[in-house]
Amino acid sequence: MKTNDLILQTITKIIVFLILLFSVDIFFAGHYTPGGGFIGGLMTSAAIVLLLIAYDIKTVAKLFPVNYIYVAATGLLIALATGFSSIMRHKPFLTHAFNKHARLPLFGETSLHTAALFDLGVYLVVVGVTMTIIQSIGEDK
Amino acid sequence: MTLLHWAILSPFIYALFIPLIHKWFKNLHIGWFVLPLPILLFCYLLSMIPAISAGQTIVETVPWIPLLHINFTVNLDGLSLLFVLLISGIGSLVLLYSIFYLDKKKEKLNLFYFYLLLFMGAMLGVVLTDNLIVLYTFWEITSLSSFLLIGYWNEREKSKSGALKSIIITVFGGLSLLGGIILLYLLTGSFELREIFAYVQQKDIYSHPFFLLSMVCLLLGAFTKSAQFPFHIWLPDAMEAPTPVSAYLHSATMVKAGIYLVARLSPIYAASAYWLWIVAAVGMITLLYGSFFAVKQTDLKGILAYSTISQLGLIMSLLGIGAASVHFQLEKDYYTIATAAALFHLVNHATFKGSLFMMVGIVDHETGTRDIRKLGGLMTFMPITFSIAIIGAFSMAGLPPFNGFLSKEMFFTAMINIQEFHLFQFHTWGVLFPILAWIASVFTFVYSMLLVFKVFAGKYKPEQLPAKPHEAPIGMLISPVILVSLVIVIGLFPNILSNSILSPAIAAVYGGIPSYDLHIYHWHGVGIELFMTLGVFGAGIFLAFTFAKWKSIYRLFPYSLNALYDFFINKGKLWSKKLTNGYMVGSIRIYLLYIFTFLVIISGYTLFAKKAINFHSNRLSEVGLYEIVVSLALIGATISILFAKSRLASIILLGAVGYSVSLLFVIFRAPDLALTQLVIETVSVALFLLCFYHLPRNARKKESIGFKMNNAVISVLVGITFSIIAISSYNTKLFASISSYYIENTYKKAAGENMVNVILVDFRGFDTLFEIAVLTIAAIGIYTMIKLRLGGNSSENK
Repeated sequence: MKTNDLILQTITKIIVFLILLFSVDIFFAGHYTPGGGFIGGLMTSAAIVLLLIAYDIKTVAKLFPVNYIYVAATGLLIALATGFSSIMRHKPFLTHAFNKHARLPLFGETSLHTAALFDLGVYLVVVGVTMTIIQSIGEDK
Repeated sequence: MTLLHWAILSPFIYALFIPLIHKWFKNLHIGWFVLPLPILLFCYLLSMIPAISAGQTIVETVPWIPLLHINFTVNLDGLSLLFVLLISGIGSLVLLYSIFYLDKKKEKLNLFYFYLLLFMGAMLGVVLTDNLIVLYTFWEITSLSSFLLIGYWNEREKSKSGALKSIIITVFGGLSLLGGIILLYLLTGSFELREIFAYVQQKDIYSHPFFLLSMVCLLLGAFTKSAQFPFHIWLPDAMEAPTPVSAYLHSATMVKAGIYLVARLSPIYAASAYWLWIVAAVGMITLLYGSFFAVKQTDLKGILAYSTISQLGLIMSLLGIGAASVHFQLEKDYYTIATAAALFHLVNHATFKGSLFMMVGIVDHETGTRDIRKLGGLMTFMPITFSIAIIGAFSMAGLPPFNGFLSKEMFFTAMINIQEFHLFQFHTWGVLFPILAWIASVFTFVYSMLLVFKVFAGKYKPEQLPAKPHEAPIGMLISPVILVSLVIVIGLFPNILSNSILSPAIAAVYGGIPSYDLHIYHWHGVGIELFMTLGVFGAGIFLAFTFAKWKSIYRLFPYSLNALYDFFINKGKLWSKKLTNGYMVGSIRIYLLYIFTFLVIISGYTLFAKKAINFHSNRLSEVGLYEIVVSLALIGATISILFAKSRLASIILLGAVGYSVSLLFVIFRAPDLALTQLVIETVSVALFLLCFYHLPRNARKKESIGFKMNNAVISVLVGITFSIIAISSYNTKLFASISSYYIENTYKKAAGENMVNVILVDFRGFDTLFEIAVLTIAAIGIYTMIKLRLGGNSSENK
């Protein structure tokens, strides 16, 4: 019997973007409302996993041509670099800084945190790690 | 961050670029990219000499973990300066040499230079920092990079075992060092050396019960690193590393880290009799042992390895004896000369041993062998290499006018003086020191001569050489020529060094006396030293010529420490294999049985023993309709798993359990947890489905009723234990909850409103950092296990 996943594929096409958008939103919202790098990262992985289930590994690899181990390593480096940046400001390792009233073009007045950079590291590590594990187990025949 | 901090970190930062350079410039020998760094560092540090020799020290602090008194403090004083100049100076020469030694086509140069830079940075850190924890961190990085460099040719069995041996011994020492540091912290209340020195001067720590223990622990660290007897056995095996590494790490710098540590800690311990005796005696035994067994070696690098061991012993024993002078308020330089000799010989050893290692590398490179029995008569083929060898070896043997002669004379003076030290039994047993020193020097003379003349004089045996010998390319000769020039220049004008570099270093060893006036003379007048030196020459020449006749003396030493080491390693492997195979049966069910049984026993016992059970429902909150419904669903799903026939059903039911739990989190108003649980559940169900393919086909075997009962008992016990723990811990308040702190400070200190996330990324960011590191390691582990299944039969896993 040939399986028919037309419905799943069609829905996935639309829904993946929503999940990805939501994961980015939840990542940035983390400092003030529920969310953050960990959940955001997991949600991004969930979106990619959905793609994997609806399509197959090759298609997804074409869509995101990245080596997920590098993604994890980049995340770890970003987190470490954030930690070291505070030493350069003569503060103990991993002391965060923030500016509650930063002015950015386009966004207007917003609040900026180095914690968000650290969280970006967490986000990338989570995506990289979950996808590395899932992909290598999935590819294994 | 000051320039000195950047100097320590620069090799690490530089190392990060190596992968990129390797990728972008395929035709470039990476050595050329790395070479400018140590040269720049050397020049920068040279510019510090005037300030340091004027008696200044430079102290700069950058907070790292100030709450635990751990700060990245650098302290550049005379002793540090001496070492950093050695590290960067010899480092530059070795790098230049390695560019010609290592072929860019055949070797994995990106790894080689990455490790080398790692080492350089760590070594600079060890000698520059003032904080003992920082020192320990860098200390372990030097062990690690040494391990990686010894095992650089990792296709060779000997390289691997040598690397393993070195890391087992040095990491054992490192652990002991950490213990010593912690004990010292308990003694003095600080990790900062300057503060410890100040404390020691005011308070008496000598009667403290930890005093001796901390000293022994710290010395174990120093002795293992500096290959002192009986921990020296890793150094000869470390010669499997490429020769530039041997010249740099295993003779000029890393093995001197132990000596640095002893010199650095002298102000704390020097007044103790144990320190004096242990350091002097261990050094002396190592000196004698190393020089005696160096004569026997047939591998050129083997000779140099044992010779390095013995010279390290020499410096160590001198440092021990130098401690005698703290009993005399430093008025006389009678015993201080030992410390001066130690530091002077340290520099000299780096110059002549560095050049000798490079010479051996050239011989190896151009003839294809290092076996002294096959070599001979190379004088005419390699005249420049021969000159390098003869200068280096004569300096090592202590012949004038080279620098080794000067420090050897000072060494004899120090050894003679110690007999007159009227404390700690030195006036009786101390007489052994000059005698043993003399014997060791004779053997030093013998192996130095054998090293040169067996290779370059004698009969040329072309049939035994894998390659036709010829002079090395100019690039390989530059570095050793610079080193032997230094041997001669220092030999002729030793006082260039004495007041600029050595005096401040000596001052630092004695805890910063303002200045110490050192003058090195070539001619001491007719004294015992002169006769000792002449005796060494006479006896040495005689023994060198008659070596073939008395060679059989080495048969008297059939046992060796290596055999002992091998015995322990082999037995250890065997026993741990047996033990591990006993319980690692390869079935997850059994492992879960172990884990849960253990958990129940340990936590159940603790609950009873500590009378911690506090099981009542007074403080529990009301149970509402939602909770009941969700809990029922949870329980229903859990129980259904037990009766599910197909695996797919179990996985889906497991998902249902997870989602119900996340619903509970929603009810209890923990949105972050609920979200996390929800997404994790989704991802892990997907993961389960993927693993589905690999799992054995028949989902449920018929298990015996006993096995099932066993499982039932354990699972019920786990459930009971955890319910008790959960309710008891909720009912027991030993101290105020920390949550009020977070509630107050989340916005104030971190400008965030989501407490959970602020705790994750800010308050407890360190935790998170380690967690993501662990996650990454786990991912790499899974990736490698699956992708590089080592010789496994993949059909077995299905």
